[in-house]
Amino acid sequence: MNGPVSDRLPRLLALVPYLLARPGVRIDEAAADFGVTDTQLRRDLELLWMCGLPGYGPGDLIDLSFDSDTVTVTFDAGMNRPLRLSAAEATALVVALRALVDTPGVLDTDAVQRALAKIEAAAGVADSTEQTPMVVGLATREEAATATVRDALNRRRALRLRYYTASRDAISDRTVDPMRLLLLEGRSYLEAWCRLAEGVRFFRLDRIENVTLLDEPANPPAHARPTDVSAGLFRPAPDQQVAVLVLGPDAAWVSEYYPVDEVVELGEGLSRIRMRYADEAWMVRLLLGLGSEVTVQEPPELAAALRRRARAALDRAGHLQSL
Amino acid sequence: MSTARAERLVNLVLCLLSTRQYLTADKIRTIVPGYGDTPTDDAFFRMFERDKAELRDLGVPLETGRNSVFDTVDGYRIARRDYELPDIDLEPDEAAAVALAARLWDSPDLAGAARGALLKLRAAGVDVHDEDTAVQPRVRAAGPAFGALLAAVQAGRAVTFEYRRHPGDATQRRTLEPWGVVSWKGRWYVAGHDRERDAPRCFRMSRIVGDVRATGPAGVVRRPDGVDLLAMVGGSWHHEDHGPAGTVRLWLAAGRAQGLRRRARMLGQRTVDGVDGDLMEIDMHWPETAARWIAGHGPDAVVVEPDWLREMVIGRLTAAASSPPEAAATSEVASARNEAVRT
Repeated sequence: MNGPVSDRLPRLLALVPYLLARPGVRIDEAAADFGVTDTQLRRDLELLWMCGLPGYGPGDLIDLSFDSDTVTVTFDAGMNRPLRLSAAEATALVVALRALVDTPGVLDTDAVQRALAKIEAAAGVADSTEQTPMVVGLATREEAATATVRDALNRRRALRLRYYTASRDAISDRTVDPMRLLLLEGRSYLEAWCRLAEGVRFFRLDRIENVTLLDEPANPPAHARPTDVSAGLFRPAPDQQVAVLVLGPDAAWVSEYYPVDEVVELGEGLSRIRMRYADEAWMVRLLLGLGSEVTVQEPPELAAALRRRARAALDRAGHLQSL
Repeated sequence: MSTARAERLVNLVLCLLSTRQYLTADKIRTIVPGYGDTPTDDAFFRMFERDKAELRDLGVPLETGRNSVFDTVDGYRIARRDYELPDIDLEPDEAAAVALAARLWDSPDLAGAARGALLKLRAAGVDVHDEDTAVQPRVRAAGPAFGALLAAVQAGRAVTFEYRRHPGDATQRRTLEPWGVVSWKGRWYVAGHDRERDAPRCFRMSRIVGDVRATGPAGVVRRPDGVDLLAMVGGSWHHEDHGPAGTVRLWLAAGRAQGLRRRARMLGQRTVDGVDGDLMEIDMHWPETAARWIAGHGPDAVVVEPDWLREMVIGRLTAAASSPPEAAATSEVASARNEAVRT
């Protein structure tokens, strides 16, 4: 998708109709709507003031009347509507709306549906998914906790959670101050300030065992910021250990499912990966489950822990069978 | 963009919007401020060509034509009905949905295009507030293959690329008639007709190695009617609610294997090897997944029945218990692993 050669021309073409629709709009408000500084917006207005219709006399130029901090268009020189959506703009918006339609219970899909119909009509996009070049399936399911979590966010209330932490294979109770419900990669995550951990944490909704809306307000500390997830939910931390593993074909999914630092193809379906892990017990659980499809090259302590745990498991299974 | 150029382009748009007659390039040169200063014809035409290209890139519909049969060259104008965004009015909840949709994209190209659309909607008088919302759907960038694949779909052209089916496999050259790009659960695919296989296929974009090259003429690839791209990639996800394939009885050590316990039903208590625990029952959907999951819990989870699942788990544990004690050289590991894989 080609971006515009410059941001300024689209803004200049949109500015006059924008101002026409909002007589006396504050300049800082307009600047915020266009995502530019007040200074830049004033420069744009000065430029437009020099533009107009052939003849370019006083009655032909775009005319603006300024107050100290507001502006009104008094002559638009025939530029009273914005330009149509480009193909790229229409695609970006329509494809996204179609994706949101398919999230019942998570979003207000009725409003999405109505908005989609209006945008399709305005963009001149046929009301059919038949020939669209791009489709997005969010595949977000409504979980048992979804309704309560949405309720808490809307009413800005704290939540009591009973939560299964997969990395520690443990269930714990905690009070959290909800910040947002993130829908990412087919899963729903509550991002919240966790009073137990005293930090911002993600809670997968399908791992919430039990949730209660509390009477007290959600009050995340001022320094609690949403996590930038553009590079993935989980980012490597400096204190993590690194394992070097050789994966067989049936374990190849590991290198796509978990964030890994490096994948080296060894041929015959084998690959060697470098993978970070915070918790040895978690890593041992993963490796035990993979059986003959994985070999630990490094670190030796991890390989030893894996063997110990496997032998203990075989021993235990033997005892159960002999009962 | 320089102020002079921006001013010239705005004036050009206003001029062409206001005329019903086609205006020739020479006429435009004499009318629109900024072109008159060009020293030579050559310089003017270069400048004018660049300006036309920029306007077309933005989606400004430049019409070309002649006013009469006596005209010797084409002229230009902009038809207002093609230029202007039609009337649109959104209720507050609809505007909120549009704002949410625009923020779906976590990739620069798509996010930029969506922001451009919002800008025009605001210019049409719609109040769309671009602020953080409680629910935030996100779709991340697709990676380097995306742009070329989308362009090929839009142009109706076939593409070739090197593809690695699984990590560890050698790459294969594939030729695809692309029907569409698809994001499913945050992962990006291209779906279409695979010429070598002569069958519909989906490809993960992240497994495409190197450049995607368009091949053959444009306009030859058409998606057959009735193809559901999401279903091609996601399969029968929407109808996945089939019941479990069976149940598994497990012994779980007291207070351990929480990941299994939270899905299990209690049957009774039992002590094994001096360790307290519970007999529990769990639904099984996929045997391979169940075996991997149970084996992962080591001595904390033991299969009671069925026997064949217990054997699958013990197979995994045996392999892990006998893994080489020292970090071996890659080649040795690889050959040992090859044997293990083949047996």
